[in-house]
Amino acid sequence: MGGIVLGGLYKAFGEKRVLENVSHTFEAGKIHGVMGPSGCGKTTLLHILLGLLKPDAGTVSGANPGALSAVFQEDRLCERLGAGANVRLAAPQWRDRIALRALFEEMGLGGAEKTPVYELSGGMKRRVALLRALAAPSELIVMDEPFTGLDGAMKETVAGCVRRRLDGRTVIMATHSEGDLDLLGGSAGLILPLL
Amino acid sequence: MFRNRRITALLCAFFWLALWHVGSLLVGEDVLLVSPLAAAARLFALAGTSLFWKTAGFSLVRIMGGFFLALASGMLLAASAYRLQPVRALLAPLLSAAKSVPVASYTVLCLVFLRARSLPLIIAFLMTLPIFYDSLLEGLLNTDGNLLEMAGVFRVTPLRRLRAIYVPQCLPYLVSAIGVGIGIAWKSGVAAEVIGLPQGAVGTRIYEAKLTLDTRGLFAWTVAVMLLCFALEKSVLFLVRRAAGALERV
Repeated sequence: MGGIVLGGLYKAFGEKRVLENVSHTFEAGKIHGVMGPSGCGKTTLLHILLGLLKPDAGTVSGANPGALSAVFQEDRLCERLGAGANVRLAAPQWRDRIALRALFEEMGLGGAEKTPVYELSGGMKRRVALLRALAAPSELIVMDEPFTGLDGAMKETVAGCVRRRLDGRTVIMATHSEGDLDLLGGSAGLILPLL
Repeated sequence: MFRNRRITALLCAFFWLALWHVGSLLVGEDVLLVSPLAAAARLFALAGTSLFWKTAGFSLVRIMGGFFLALASGMLLAASAYRLQPVRALLAPLLSAAKSVPVASYTVLCLVFLRARSLPLIIAFLMTLPIFYDSLLEGLLNTDGNLLEMAGVFRVTPLRRLRAIYVPQCLPYLVSAIGVGIGIAWKSGVAAEVIGLPQGAVGTRIYEAKLTLDTRGLFAWTVAVMLLCFALEKSVLFLVRRAAGALERV
């Protein structure tokens, strides 16, 4: 798989310009940070990469729509389903209960596979959302502030699991924190200005 | 807590029954207001006859047939209207008008084309269809857009979307519609029977009770309908919740 190339992206919501002439190449198989102040368009850019928003101008190439995975800004979990069922919803190939349990334990969620999501804490929900993104078959994982709601020690556990489970996939991660990016071993590839 | 609620409900029911009994004592005329004890005695007497069960069965099959037909059609129409805006626009005036047509008008119109035996089914269907359609369409339109986007990104299959996103979203709307719909189906179905007088229907027995000033019979049949309605509502809701639970298991 080649890299992901953004060519002159422009996006506005009404009068408000969010992205202007954003061009960048994200190298395949690496972890890239998208950084910048609040409101600079990080989430908008990720939504464009995921095909959830169309840019007003410019192009995105190299992101195969059939091989995407994401950790959204919100957890976007099905609250009434168990945590394991949420993962299998996006990753039906995880039928093996033992393997799924091992994955949950690695993420510090041992025994939570059958727990309905509405019974989980905010931090646990975030980790289920991360697991779902890692378990889903994909070439590119888009992450929007993936460590929100996790404390320092838990961030390290989660980052370790993410690094082990990436299997050479490309990650594009929006974050405010260089520390979070360092935990994953990524680099600040794109810094967006506030327009 | 649960036990307390049940005791409270029983006490409230007892209060209203006592008030009814006092009312009947004050009126002092069975023909005008029968006492709850007399109505219960007549209901027990009726329940011991095969005529009662045949009559109740006749109305139950037709009214609940209309109810389930409306439930299935309402689901199909709501799903179509959710997916296709032109279908929603096309159905809007029809179902909006259907909601305000009186039972009597439907019944008299239907009698022109149909046999009286089919009336309860058709009327129960026509009166409950808009309820199911409106509720389910509202449920579908309120589906969490974020979850649908998530399902799109992860390429979740339509069947899995139905189980994991749409069913949990629509279940509260469906439960509420069933609760209202069963009551409406019985009220309108029996009213249609009173007008159309199909042989061997509950409505026909109520009409006969009115003709012969058999107020005890009238109350007994009314209580029978209420009990049937209550039992059916609980049974249908139980089955719907079980079915939804089974569907949700991915």
